[in-house]
This record gives sequence, C-alpha cells and structure tokens, in this order.
Amino acid sequence: MSIKASKTARKAILVLADGTVFNGSAIGAEGQAVGEVVFNTAMTGYQEILTDPSYAEQIITFTYPHIGNYGTNLEDVESNRVWAKGLVIRDMSLIASNFRSSQSLPDYLVANNVVGIADIDTRRLTHHLREHGSQNGCVMTYAANEEAPIKAALEAAQGFGGLAGLDLAKVTSCKESYEWTQGSWLLGEGFATATETPFHVVAYDFGAKMNILRMLVDRGCRVTVVPAETTAAEALALKPDGIFLSNGPGDPLACDYAITAIKEFLAKGIPLFGICLGHQLLALAAGAKTIKMKVGHHGANHPVLNIDHGSVMITSQNHGFAVEESSLPSHLKATHKSLFDGTLQGIQHTEKPAFGFQGHPEASPGSRDAMPLFDQFIELMKQHALTSAHS
Amino acid sequence: MPKRTDIKSILIIGAGPIVIGQACEFDYSGAQACKALREEGYRVILVNSNPATIMTDPEMADATYIEPIHWEVVEKIISIERPDAILPTMGGQTALNCALELEQHGVLKKYNVEMIGATADAIDKAENRERFDKAMKSIGLETPQAEIAQSMEEAFDVLERVGFPCIIRPSFTMGGSGGGIAYNREEFEDICGRGLALSRNNELLIDKSLIGWKEYEMEVVRDKNDNCIIVCSIENFDAMGIHTGDSITVAPAQTLTDREYQIMRDASLAVLREIGVETGGANVQFGVCPETGRMVVIEMNPRVSRSSALASKATGFPIAKIAAKLAVGFTLDELANDITGGATPASFEPTIDYVVTKIPRFNFEKFAGANDRLTTQMKSVGEVMAIGRNFQESLQKALRGLELGASGFNPIVDLVNDEEARAKIVRELSEAGAERIWYIGDAFRLGMSVDEIFKLTHIDPWYLVQIEELIKLEQEVSELGLAGLDEHAIRYLKRKGFADSRIAEVLDIGEQEIRKLREKHSIFPVYKRVDTCAGEFSSETAYMYSTYDDECEARPTDRKKIMVIGGGPNRIGQGIEFDYCCVHAVLALREDGYETIMVNCNPETVSTDYDTSDRLYFESITLEDVLEIVRIEKPKGVIVQYGGQTPLKLARELEANGVPIIGTSPDAIDRSEDRERFQSAVTRLGLLQPENATVTNFDQAMIQSRHIGYPLVVRPSYVLGGRAMEIVYDEADLRRYMTEAVKVSNDSPVLLDRFLDNAIEVDIDAICDGKDVFIGGIMQHIEQAGVHSGDSACSLPPYSLSDVIQDQLREQVRKLAFELNVRGLMNTQFAIQNNNIYLIEVNPRAARTVPFVSKATGVPLAKVAARVMAGQSLRELGYTKEVIPPYYSVKEVVVPFAKFQGVDPIRGPEMRSTGEVMGVGESFEEAYAKANLACGQALPAKGKALLSVRPSDKERVIDLARGLISLGFTVEATRGTGSSLKEAGIECTIVNKLQEGRPNIVDAIKNGEYSYIVNTVEGRQSITDSVYIRREALLNGVVYTITLNAGFATVKAHTVDDKARVSSLQDLHKRVKDL
Repeated sequence: MSIKASKTARKAILVLADGTVFNGSAIGAEGQAVGEVVFNTAMTGYQEILTDPSYAEQIITFTYPHIGNYGTNLEDVESNRVWAKGLVIRDMSLIASNFRSSQSLPDYLVANNVVGIADIDTRRLTHHLREHGSQNGCVMTYAANEEAPIKAALEAAQGFGGLAGLDLAKVTSCKESYEWTQGSWLLGEGFATATETPFHVVAYDFGAKMNILRMLVDRGCRVTVVPAETTAAEALALKPDGIFLSNGPGDPLACDYAITAIKEFLAKGIPLFGICLGHQLLALAAGAKTIKMKVGHHGANHPVLNIDHGSVMITSQNHGFAVEESSLPSHLKATHKSLFDGTLQGIQHTEKPAFGFQGHPEASPGSRDAMPLFDQFIELMKQHALTSAHS
Repeated sequence: MPKRTDIKSILIIGAGPIVIGQACEFDYSGAQACKALREEGYRVILVNSNPATIMTDPEMADATYIEPIHWEVVEKIISIERPDAILPTMGGQTALNCALELEQHGVLKKYNVEMIGATADAIDKAENRERFDKAMKSIGLETPQAEIAQSMEEAFDVLERVGFPCIIRPSFTMGGSGGGIAYNREEFEDICGRGLALSRNNELLIDKSLIGWKEYEMEVVRDKNDNCIIVCSIENFDAMGIHTGDSITVAPAQTLTDREYQIMRDASLAVLREIGVETGGANVQFGVCPETGRMVVIEMNPRVSRSSALASKATGFPIAKIAAKLAVGFTLDELANDITGGATPASFEPTIDYVVTKIPRFNFEKFAGANDRLTTQMKSVGEVMAIGRNFQESLQKALRGLELGASGFNPIVDLVNDEEARAKIVRELSEAGAERIWYIGDAFRLGMSVDEIFKLTHIDPWYLVQIEELIKLEQEVSELGLAGLDEHAIRYLKRKGFADSRIAEVLDIGEQEIRKLREKHSIFPVYKRVDTCAGEFSSETAYMYSTYDDECEARPTDRKKIMVIGGGPNRIGQGIEFDYCCVHAVLALREDGYETIMVNCNPETVSTDYDTSDRLYFESITLEDVLEIVRIEKPKGVIVQYGGQTPLKLARELEANGVPIIGTSPDAIDRSEDRERFQSAVTRLGLLQPENATVTNFDQAMIQSRHIGYPLVVRPSYVLGGRAMEIVYDEADLRRYMTEAVKVSNDSPVLLDRFLDNAIEVDIDAICDGKDVFIGGIMQHIEQAGVHSGDSACSLPPYSLSDVIQDQLREQVRKLAFELNVRGLMNTQFAIQNNNIYLIEVNPRAARTVPFVSKATGVPLAKVAARVMAGQSLRELGYTKEVIPPYYSVKEVVVPFAKFQGVDPIRGPEMRSTGEVMGVGESFEEAYAKANLACGQALPAKGKALLSVRPSDKERVIDLARGLISLGFTVEATRGTGSSLKEAGIECTIVNKLQEGRPNIVDAIKNGEYSYIVNTVEGRQSITDSVYIRREALLNGVVYTITLNAGFATVKAHTVDDKARVSSLQDLHKRVKDL
C-alpha cells in the first residue's frame, strides 16, 4: 500500500476492558466485535482456528506476525462457519500464495462478516494478556477522518459478560443429529471416505471440530453426530459401540445436561472418549473439578508428557478451563500432564472404559503426535465388544 | 532417565579449516558441545586443526588437540586419551567422514570407543544415495527420480533416461562440492568427471531436475526415547536449483498451509526414524511442486549443520548444545529451555513471532574467470541474518547487513542510459548470480510484473509482491520529497525496514537528515526479545532485535557496560578470526565484572550465541543500527578494533556522534591508514619503507615508476584485502594495468610500491597500553613477499630469522606502537630483504593472526588487549615478557580453488583463502608437514617432481632439486629450468611446455606421472602462460607449489613423519609456562 493510501485506509482500534488501547488498521468486515481476547502461538492454521467452534465468543490474536499468506480454501475448515468473533494480527499478507487458495483472507473475513484489526503490536498484547490474564475486549473499525471510538469500544468491552458460567456449547452444537462419513484429507486426493465401518460412535457435538469426526471415520467408525443436549437414553437408543464427547467453547460447568448424560454412560460402562471440553465434562461427571485458567493454552507447540510411558508429544492446545489434578477422585487416574505448566492433560477412569484428553489429538492445526489416542478409543470399543459378547 | 554414567570421557571431532560449505557454524556447534558435556562432568577431548576457533581455546576442553583431522592422527589421540565415546556429529562432513574411517579401520573397536550421536550405519544410510532412496521408498516418501552412476559410462546411461536439465550430486561431499546442473552434454561430462573424482566412493546421483520447485528445510531433534521436535522450518526464497547455502532463506516457512506443513513435519520425523538418527539434531530437505504441493525428500544430514546453526539463532533454541546432551542419554523433557530461564523444558517446538531472513555473501570478485552463476554447488563464503517483525523489514535489514554498499534495494542497473538494461536484468533473473535480489528490484523499476518475474525466477509471488511494494514506496518517497515525509510516512517506511540511509539516498540527501526527522517525531526502534515462545512465557535472556512497534523490551541495566561490535558476515579476508577476538573481548570483560553487549548479524558465529555476552543485539552493523543501540544502552565503552574492517570503518562517525570508543582512537587508526600521515610518522621514527608513490593519472604513474624502479606492487588506494593488487615487472605491464585494470583519478589514486622480490615477510602481533609494549609473537612467512599475508603460511617462532633481525623488529614495533598511540592490539607487517627491514603496514587493531598466536604461545592476546582497552596495564595483568615457545607452530591456509573452476589457482597479492590450520611440531619441518596434512594436502609422495621456475629462481632451484633427489625423487624440468640444473650437474629429463609439442606437461599430469610440481612465475604474461600447469595439477590432485620457499619447506618436511606425534594444547602451554 502506498503511503498516501495508508493514510486514508480504514482504521481500527482494539480496546481491552482494562482500558488498554491498540491503534491499527481495519481488516475484514466493518463494525465491531466483542469477546474474550486470547492469543494463539501457532504459526500456521489460521483458517482452522477461525472456524474452530471452541473460539466462539473469542477474539483471536495470532502471535505470528504474517497472517493470510496462503489465503483460504474450501478444505481447511473445522466447521461450516467462522466462529471467532474477531481477528487481531500484526501484518495482513499482501497476497495469498498457495496452490489450494481460493479466496484471500481479507475477502474471506468480509464474506464471513468477521471484524479484524492489523498493524498493532501483537507481542505487546500477548505480554499484556500473559501478565493480566485473559481479558474482554472490543475491536471497532472507523474511517480515517474520524476520531478513534475509544470510549464506545471500552464500554462494549466492559459490557461483555465473559465466558465464565457461559454455556456456549448449546450455541455451537448442531441442532439435529446427522451421520458423518468424511475421512481425512490427503494431499492430491482430497477427503477420504470410509469403506468399512465396524464401530458405531455417537459423537456429542459441543462444537466439534470436523477433523475429530474425520479421525473416527478413518478408523472405521460410523459416526452419528448428536446435539449437545441429547439425553443418555436417546444416545443409547442408537446402540453405539462408544460415545465420543467433543471439544467446544465456554465453561464446562454450565453444561449440566451433558454431565448428567455422561454420568449415565459411566454407569452403563460404555466406552467413552472426551477431547478438550468433552474431557472436562467427563472429569466433572466422574467427580473432579474444573477451574478457569489465567490465560489458558492456545498453541500448537505444547509438550505433553505421557505419565506412564515417559514419552513426550507435541500437541495442539486450545482451552481456557482445565481439570484440577488435586480434585481427581481415586477412580480417575492422571495420564498426561503439560510440560509447560504442569496442568492436567489427560485422565483415565480406572473402573470404566473412559478416558479424556485436554489437548487436540485431531490437530488441525498442529502436530499430529497425539493421534494414536483415537486408536486407543477404537481399542477400547473392541475390547468392550469382546467382554460384552462374553458376558 | 539421567545421563549415562558408563562413559566418562568423550572425544569430539571438529570441522577443520573454514572452507566453502563448512564454516564457523561448526565452531559454534563444537563450542556448544564442549560446554554442554563438560557441564555434565564428562572429560572432553577435542581434535580440530583450526586454531581460529573458540572451541580450540584451551579452556573449552580437558585435552585439546590442534592436530590434523586424519584418521591415523585421531587414532594416535585415541591411543593416548582412551576416550569412552566419540561424538562425530558436531564437526560437519569432515568429522562424520573421519569417524567413518576410524570405524572402517577398526580403530573404534580396537580401543573400545563407542560412537554416540550417530551410528556408522545411520551416517552411511543418510549419505549413500542408493540406500537413502531405498529407505525413503520404504516409508512411502518420494525422492527425486534419480539414478546412481559410478563411472562416466554409467552416467551417460542414466542421462538417456533422466534427460536435460539434470542435477548431478556426488555422494559424501559437503556443500554440494562437485555438483551442478547440466543443460547440455558438455556441461554434463564436465560436472560428472569432477564429481566422480571428488566423491569419496566415486558415486554420483543424477536427478531429474526439480528446478523451480519450492525448497524447504526442517531442523529436527530426536532423543533416545523417540521424542522428536521440529526446531524450525526454513523456506528458501530461491527455488530449487540453487544450493540452499547459496539461497536466500526465510524462517519460518511462509507459504505452507498447516496441512502441508504437518505432512512435511511427519515426513521429517519418519526420515529420522528410518535413517536411525537415535539422538541429536538433523536436517531434512524437501522440494515441493508449487502447482500441486507434491513433496519429495531431497536429502538429510544426520548431524548438526549450517542450517541448524541458523535455526538455533533464528529461534533461540540451542540445537548443538541440546544434541550433545541427548547424545549422552538425556531426554528432551529432562533438559531445560535456557532462554525462558528453565520455565519450559527443551521438549517443545519453538514458535516465533518475527521473520528471519538469511542472505549469503559471495566473493566472486576474487575469482576472476570462475562461473559466477548459482547452482547446486555452494559458492558463498558467509552469510548475514536479520530479524524483523515482517518479511520486508527482515529482508531490508539483511541487505544492509551484507555490507556490500547497499542500504536496501539500491539500483544496480542504469535503467536510463543502459540500452542493454532489460536484457541484463532478464539474464540475471533467469540465471541467478550473487546479486539477483537487486536485479529483482530493478526489474520492478523497469515495470516488469510479479508474474513476469516469477516466470523467470520461480520465486514465490508472496515474496515478489513485497519487493514490488518496497520499490513502489521508494518511488513514492522520491515524489513526496523530504518535505512530504511526515511522521506517518516515516513510521510507515521504518516499519517496512527502510534504513535512514536508503530513504536519504532516494532523496539524495545525507543520512543524518532522516535521523533528525525521526528524532523530531520521536520515531525510534524498540527492541524485542527472541524467546522461543512468542511471548507466551517471560524471558530474562537478553537476545534482542530492533523493530518499529510499541513495546520495548530492552530493559537496559545501569551496570558498567562495554559494547563489542562484531564483524558481520564472513568474507574472504574477514572471517572467524575476528569473531574469535570479539568473543574473547566479551569473555574477558565479563570476567572482570562488566556487562557485555554484543552487536553482530552473523548467524554462524559463537559471538551471536545468546549466552556468550550478557546482552546480544542481533543487528546489522551500520551507523544507524549501532547508534540506536547505543542510545538505549549508553555503554561506558565501545570496542571497534576487534571486528575487522566492519566496525572500524564506522569508528569516526560513531565518535562524531558521541559514542565512547575505547582503545586506540579513531584518529590514531586513521594515522596508520592514511598514507601521508603514516609516512610522516615512519620518517620521524627513521624506519624504512619500500619506495612508493601515489599517482592520480597515467603519466604520473610512468614517471614515478621510473623513479622507483621495477618490479612494482600496484593497487588502487580505495580497496582493501588486496583487491586488484598486482605485481608488475616492466613498463608495458604497468601501461596495461593503468589502462585496463584500474580507473585512476584524483578521487581514486593508484599506489605504487617497490616490490621487494624474494623478501621474507614477517607479521608481528603486539599489545600496547601506552607504557609498555608486549610482543605477542613474531611470525615468519613461508611464501616470500608477493603472496598476500593472509594466504601465506607462517611459522612461530621464525625458522630462519637471525636474533639480531628479530630484535630489530621488536624495537620497531615498540616505536610504532608508542608513536601511533596504540591502546590494545597492533599488527605490523615487515619485509626483510638483504638484511634490511622494510615496514609494509601497521594495523592498530585485531589481526587475523591473533588466534593463531594465542594458540601457539598460550597467551590470550585478545583478552589481554580487551582488558588494556578497559584501562588495565600490561604490568598489572602480568604480561611483560614475550613468550617464545620451545616448539614450532605453523599456520597454513586453504584456498577454495576447487570450487571455482576456470580460475588460475595461484596464490598472489590478493587474498583468497577461506580458512587456516595449525600444525605443531618439535621442529619447523614437523610443524609444516602437519599443517599441510591438516589442509588435506599431504606431502607429495616420492616420485617424479616437475620443476619449472622463473628466471630469477634458476640459481636457487638447484638446491631444491638436490634436496628432492636426496629424498628419492626423480626430477623433470622445463627447458630453461632444466638447463640450469644440467649445468649444475643435476640429472633431469626435459618436458615440453604446452606449446612445445607433445607429449607435454599436460599429458604427463593427466597420466599421473608427477607427484609434485614446483612452478614459480613472475609477471602477468608468464603467469598467464603457465596457468594450464596449475589448473591441470589442481584437477588431477597433484601437489603443487608456486614459491621456492614452499618447495624448500616441503623438502625439509619430508624428513619427518607427519603422523608420529600428537600433543595437546594444554601440554604445550604447560611447557611454555615451565620455561
């Protein structure tokens, strides 16, 4: 952009609830976005992150400065829409350069009505969030010849209630159940489809990322996705071999309906696997407690220790709440922990075929080191089928 | 699981001399490995022939052997030291190859030494192309369609199937030596022939060309529990077809979606597992088709590499250090990430919030006649790295950090007057040379589109559009004029990396005008930290880079601090030696309680390791960049005399801007460099200089030459490092030089010096504190005057200088040091002819010989001088008496002739060596022999020697012939030389010169008849006439020398066994102390 054009280009501000102001340029849609401001340290995968339902009601800032480099495409999505409320970056790419790109990121933001801000010191923002914890904030765009609407943005930021106690899963969940048949994406081949599906999995959708469902299909699962508020009876009526509890946004404590259902599944002894929010719900149903973290984990480089094996996985993480390890009842065993801050990353029920993982084994974006956890779920269903057959 | 306790001592093999493709990054990795292993309590034994390294400092290892990296020598070391393990992954290809040879010869088994970090099988599997291809296939990865050839016949057979253009790569070489791209049969035959000769197992890989594909590198670390991490991804700006060492590269990868990135990540880990790299760092290279994303594995290095040094600097994750710890049994999660103060473990993948750009630096101007196009064989001699918050900033910083006179995208073609401009640009874009990046700028100035440029270069449009924008902004600046640059405009430009000087050039005003404007608007850079985690965790490590943003994280202290300005990118004439000095300054001053601040932009070096100094600013060394750091840090003193010419040439302006330079003052430096001022000092001291004159036109040159007399050394006054320096023997030659070789004018005078033929040259390093002068060492050159001091071998102590002469030299050095008011180091060069001492030059700064002298004598000159600069006296420090060791140390150099086909491989007045080795012996002969062995140029085997010498050597050659014959050589000579020999009664056969009929010298060389050639020449014509002898000798691997002195030294060296004795530096220095 020329110097001249940069003077008249539309501007934006990001104002945090504590009054901190960042001045930048408007990218994407006009207007305002209000939500919890979080940072993500992944260097790739902005499209997956923007479409991840777990980011509902959040404004995402990427610590990597260049965003938009490879544009957007129709394949790298984790849901059918952009869930993030707003986008905060340092440098919007001048062009999209990738053989798969079908739309530039700025156009994509406009098409999806996402408000964004660029050209701010995102590292300063990251430091601020690290020091002061996650904050509510507001991104507001305005014309170059207008005064920066600091006051209005601050009011909007302060008016946002925050995520604690918020049941967002209801919002991000599907409204009706459906079958999922798409498998993983392969370079040069596109998405696979399952040929054989020996296992039937009922997947609770609290805001599920599509790649989770694809991982299940890859491993021979017929997947029935059901709404978050599906009762245990309704789910069991589908005669599943296992129940999957998806990721999702917001405070797990608010999802009392799901906790109730999971308690029944535990009692029934059906194989259960929870990821992220699903993992937290499983923990709550089994008697553990969850807490809101100061800044949470949002990145693709988090080392997680497998406590039994002593091995380390690099995982993708995105959570603001966590299961408190000290609250684990005796029948819940800690299986994984974060090597960044020691927080609990995985649990296993010692009496029931149930386990949960806080990170994202489906990656997308991020490392695929933790993918074998899906195999563990399949194994659990296999064994369960064997023992059920015997009994 | 903790570290292994079953091993107590570990032998580390270094990389030997700096050569193209294997430079000081291996000093960085080796030094880290030494530190890391000693920290864990292991006894570390080190072998490396390169004295200019930090790793060979006697404090770095328990036993340091500056000995040839030859398996038989290393066996000797093993037999003395009996290490439990050997770590071969820190010293590049040299160390890997040596370890393989030790293994193959059964040495490791014999002495029960375990190879750690890599197994012989893994090394072989990675390096042996056939095994590698098979391995990749077995894990479902594609490699370029390629076939193996082990002879020329097989090569042509492969060509039938592969077709042109094709890429030829020899196995077991580094830096792509001997490889290249063939577009036609002639090139194919040429490259294959060379490659077969260079490959250790006479094997070539001939690939279908992937020219134009995108190229990536992944830096991977793995531990024994199979935990793997990617430390950094690197995307090459230049597409495939240009060696990655010669490519501009960017970290992290910019144009891969997460899906594509993860495919590459998974593949990288699979490659490591399949090849069997059990612990440590490795690098995997990929090619990606830009249209389909199809990915092929190009190669992998089962060791730390140049890229891992870059990745370490780019991320703050110390790969070599971690790899060393993994080799002794630690796992990644047991190791802390130092940069976050241990808040996080090493088992994570660094994430960065900036863009890193590396640009290679070339020295083609020193190799006239060489193919200066970039291919798959690496030709660059150094590199610069820059960190910015966006690509544009990082790229423009790197461009100015190269120190090639560019402050950014300076135009390189005259678009207005040059009718050939377009054709020139098109050629430079499609056949890349060293300056392609600037031609891209000009292409945009010419109005070429991104698409057109992409078609010619295959550089991803993502990069091209950003360059296009920069060029457009320059044009806008020029339209706006100074008055049109308001606060917004300046900030906007600075955020895109424009240097003040670049903006000023566009406006044709002084740089200070822009600085003033910035000051007026308070537009200053802030400093961000490199923290491996994008700010997610707090970091106390002060590893910083500048950018234009809101928050500054410099957090300067109020301690007393000293700033050392480094040497920037390596180049011939300014290499690792200067980095060594900078590091020593920092180490000494740190010990003395100063806070030390390092400024440098060379990613290969120890100086840019974040824990070498207290605070590291990874910045280009320009006036603007240094002044901004000084503004933030306010150091008590700044050292400019250690980083070579780079900081030195900033000295005056820094001082003028109030920067406190410590040590010898910029004015004193000027007195030694300004010819007239220097001459008046010399005259006052009553010292002798070769007769000389400065001329500003042709006629003056003729008049002065008659006055001074021939031969003459001629050179333009404005260049350094011997550029365009020649020795002319008669007036015709001078006429040619004055009309063809230089442009003489009032602004660019030419210097004429009487050339002291057959003089012995001497280098002396000394330290002066104003009261005393400490002589560091007297080095006698082996090659006589006429060979650049940097290209000449030398001996410490001198091997044939009388005590009287040596005392006179010492006295002259003392006088000069006081006269020039030196505080710190000073290097003086003399030439001795007929017992007359001539002063050649004085450099009141650290010289390239400082590390060699320090290793030879045990006196850490650079540290002592740094302390002197900070105010201590030599007496306080206890350095009053010169150390003259009771053994000989010889420095020998390596010259990259093999990389530059078509160049006359002759040592001359222009420095062309890239690196050096040191040989130590009880006698001069032994030291010289070992130095030669360390250069990979063992003494010639006994056989037939060819003697062809210049007229003035015809007397002395008789003794040389006698010497050779007494050793058992037979002698053959060209006609003139032969008749002198015959007259002296020496039996010799006569061989035809090229033009004298056949069979001739070339036939004899090609038939492998000679084991040794002595060919001395003088005058341009005779040099030109004899070039074929040297070229054929080089091509056919025949040892040759171009001075009689080197011939005599060779004869002497033949009387000793170069592999008989090894001694550790610690033992040698003990002998010095016990004197």
